[in-house]
Amino acid sequence: MTAPQPLPALSRKDFVTDQEVRWCPGCGDYSILAQTQKLMPELNIPQEQIVFISGIGCSSRLPYYMNTYGFHSIHGRAPTIATGLKASRPELSVWVVTGDGDALSIGGNHLIHAMRRNIDLVIVLFNNRIYGLTKGQYSPTSEQGKVTKTSPLGSIDYPINACSLALGANATFVARSIATDTHHLISTLERASQHKGTSFVEVFQNCNVFNDGAFDSFADKAVRPDRTVLLEHGKPLVYGKENNRGIRLNGTVAEVVETGNGVSEADLLIHDEKMDDPTIASILARMEYPEHPVPLGVLRAFERPSYDELMEEQIKDAVAEQGEGDLATLFSEGDTWVVE
Amino acid sequence: MTASSDDVRELERVTIRFAGDSGDGSQLAGQQFTNTAAIFGNDVSTVPDYPAEIRAPAGSLPGVSSFQVSFSSHQIYTPGDSPNLLVAMNPAALKTNLQDLPKGGTVVANSDEFTEANLSKANYETNPLEDDSLAGYRVIRVPITSLNAHALKDSGLSNTQIDRSKNMFALGLMFWLYERSLEPTLRWIDAKFSKNPQVAEANANTLKAGFNFGDTAELFPVHYRVPKANLKPGHYRTITGNEATALGFLAVAELSKLQLFYASYPITPASDILSELARFKRFGVKTMQSEDELAAIGAAIGAAFGGSLGLTGTSGPGLALKSEAIGLAVMTELPVVIASVQRAGPSTGMPTKTEQTDLLQAMFGRNGESPVAIVAPATPADCFAMAIEAFRIALLHMVPTIFLSDSYLGSGSEPWRIPDVDGLPQIDVTFATDAKGFQPYARDEKTLARPWAVPGTPGLEHRIGGLEKLDGAGTVSYTAENHERMVYLRTEKVARIVNDIPDVEVQGNETGELLVLGWGSTYGAITSAVQRAQAEGLSVSSAHLRHLNPFPGNLGDVLSRFDRVLVPEMNLGQLRMLIRARYLVDAAGFNRVTGRPLKTGEIVERIHALVQRKVNVVA
Repeated sequence: MTAPQPLPALSRKDFVTDQEVRWCPGCGDYSILAQTQKLMPELNIPQEQIVFISGIGCSSRLPYYMNTYGFHSIHGRAPTIATGLKASRPELSVWVVTGDGDALSIGGNHLIHAMRRNIDLVIVLFNNRIYGLTKGQYSPTSEQGKVTKTSPLGSIDYPINACSLALGANATFVARSIATDTHHLISTLERASQHKGTSFVEVFQNCNVFNDGAFDSFADKAVRPDRTVLLEHGKPLVYGKENNRGIRLNGTVAEVVETGNGVSEADLLIHDEKMDDPTIASILARMEYPEHPVPLGVLRAFERPSYDELMEEQIKDAVAEQGEGDLATLFSEGDTWVVE
Repeated sequence: MTASSDDVRELERVTIRFAGDSGDGSQLAGQQFTNTAAIFGNDVSTVPDYPAEIRAPAGSLPGVSSFQVSFSSHQIYTPGDSPNLLVAMNPAALKTNLQDLPKGGTVVANSDEFTEANLSKANYETNPLEDDSLAGYRVIRVPITSLNAHALKDSGLSNTQIDRSKNMFALGLMFWLYERSLEPTLRWIDAKFSKNPQVAEANANTLKAGFNFGDTAELFPVHYRVPKANLKPGHYRTITGNEATALGFLAVAELSKLQLFYASYPITPASDILSELARFKRFGVKTMQSEDELAAIGAAIGAAFGGSLGLTGTSGPGLALKSEAIGLAVMTELPVVIASVQRAGPSTGMPTKTEQTDLLQAMFGRNGESPVAIVAPATPADCFAMAIEAFRIALLHMVPTIFLSDSYLGSGSEPWRIPDVDGLPQIDVTFATDAKGFQPYARDEKTLARPWAVPGTPGLEHRIGGLEKLDGAGTVSYTAENHERMVYLRTEKVARIVNDIPDVEVQGNETGELLVLGWGSTYGAITSAVQRAQAEGLSVSSAHLRHLNPFPGNLGDVLSRFDRVLVPEMNLGQLRMLIRARYLVDAAGFNRVTGRPLKTGEIVERIHALVQRKVNVVA
């Protein structure tokens, strides 16, 4: 091995391809693409070591616009391709770009198993609560009652909560951000990229054509401070324009309280993303507007060996214990005989 | 421990079938007998038959498991159409297997188990050992259960443990009857039960007791000897098709200097390939038990994208699930290999029974014009060579390749002449590294393969995927002309593999009245049948395809040199359909879908119906 060469300084431009970006004007995906391209030079990873893998859907076109290695695969299967690539080439930085239909409907199984294995991937789920590419059918995250072309009387499906699912699968990094808060988004993606193991990031992203305003009720700038709460490790759950509201845990119930009037910050829940037990993270993940502020930030981040690491270790151990394999010896395993 | 020589009769070939309840250890007894016969120097061929249920109710008809082994003093190609001797460990085993035993054959029945309860479970109204229903067979009643129990009464084992050893008693008896050494099995017992000397001793003792019982009980007027076969000189072991498949894929890693990455979801009868490869971590093999069939091929594609040997394995239902992803591998032109061990379908079908019904699925089971290469091994040991061949084609031509085995090959066994590792074909793989003028969909002039440019290579960053590619640049293109060009290019790329595969060989005269054409595991039955017909002086030859897509370049010419073509298959005529479509040959079929291998005798009958003319046989 030669000494590592200093990396040439890269800029955002280095990660832009010559492909025309074909999302609808005003789509939330532009922001996610921009933040992702902006983040890449900060990672200090050679460009050729980065791979973006996607499934099918509007979000899944992102790899075409990233000047890295990329794979725009088939519906729902991005985590499987990413798993095969990462497990066989652990030195690569492998990103999965997916949407609510791709990850939670047709590819739900693969998402769960990637997370439970803790393979070292960053999975970014663009959640716009609608099927965009197929022109506006309800998705697994659409609210019940959603009227679309395929649910003219309103959808009767109960929606799934992506972060709850990720916590249920014991993902080692679970976070949520919104496409319109670029600062929060890039810092969340940066943390995800630094985490070893599966990093799951849900990004609320507006589809201005088929589901415009899906997140406005809590994510619109005017109301966001009062209707979302930013999770910060080691800090109390305080929110509100006046920083006068908070979340207090009463048993397993998250209560919204106002500080003052006998309630102090000391009574509020202190966010601990590293807790062994995922119960509190799950309680937080389930908070929804209007009953609660919607939590944004890192719900959970803890360490355990990743699938790709463990796979390498088993090979190393086998070689250490049994020596490197020899084909001729293996072929002659067991009873053999010679015909003269 | 040998009987006097007067008592020995020499035979050319013997086929015996061990049959019992699935918990009786018939598979194990059969495997040990096979190994012992092979080590002695016989040619051997085996076929197991077991229920899909792990433990059907004890003593029931669906719970019967059997293992047939044929051993011979000359080269054999099949485990025999029918056994000469049947070991029936209970009434259900007798009931389900007797139909295959020709009159005059021998039944060794474990008479202890012919109780009223067991007879009733097997739907016998009266005891076949006592009525005249077995007239015409030679019936040897041996109280195996009680003799075994008696032999092990001082072993210190529980009654259940003792009872579990009765297959070893039966095996010992067979070793006496066919004059075989106990040594290989005694060695195996020592190794197998090294951590449990008490059980090892019990198994060894009852094995010997079975042997001695044969020697002293005078149940058999003679015993038999099948002399050594005249096999090609070399170093041999027995091997099942699935073992050979795993070893072949492992060998590719060494030959190509690439990492083997195998992802698979457990499925009968392909699971053995995963468990075999999982043992080879010290070779650097990475194996992954995926969450489902789709994930398994996805991971294999991901590994191939990264420059590893991307491999997945399955059987028919799993191949169906993988079809969308195989299409992706066609579009992205990645060298993924899909090993499919066929079983009886449709749907879940009969998981443990064999069939060749997935050829058309392998050929056409995808959306769009989606050609892949297909290879098929002919015998269990041939799985080794064809596993290597599958990757050789995939890597050289950058094309997904299906390795189409079947349950009969996968679980059947035969002697394998252990190859010299240095003599195996080298597989040279070159990754693209030159960024100057790089195009991910540029074409090799000769093969039309695209370059393999793997992540981590500076300057070659590019995007691939399932959308149609612009010729050369590999970017997305929806234009009419480009799509048509790409469809033709992908088709032509697969067609050109023909330049790189051997011609099909004709066994027998190069022209004649009938060519019997086969593929896959019917090789043994077809070869035996055609040899028999040739010995009768009939104008019959055979040819066997190991490359199914594309076909060998001389196949059309070969077909044209015969008046008729017969295609025996364990399906309703899938190869026949392809042959007729491609070569406009009015091929006849012989088609059985019983879940069992074709029999030599039935193919001979079909040949007789088609051919009358005799030729001058040159000895």
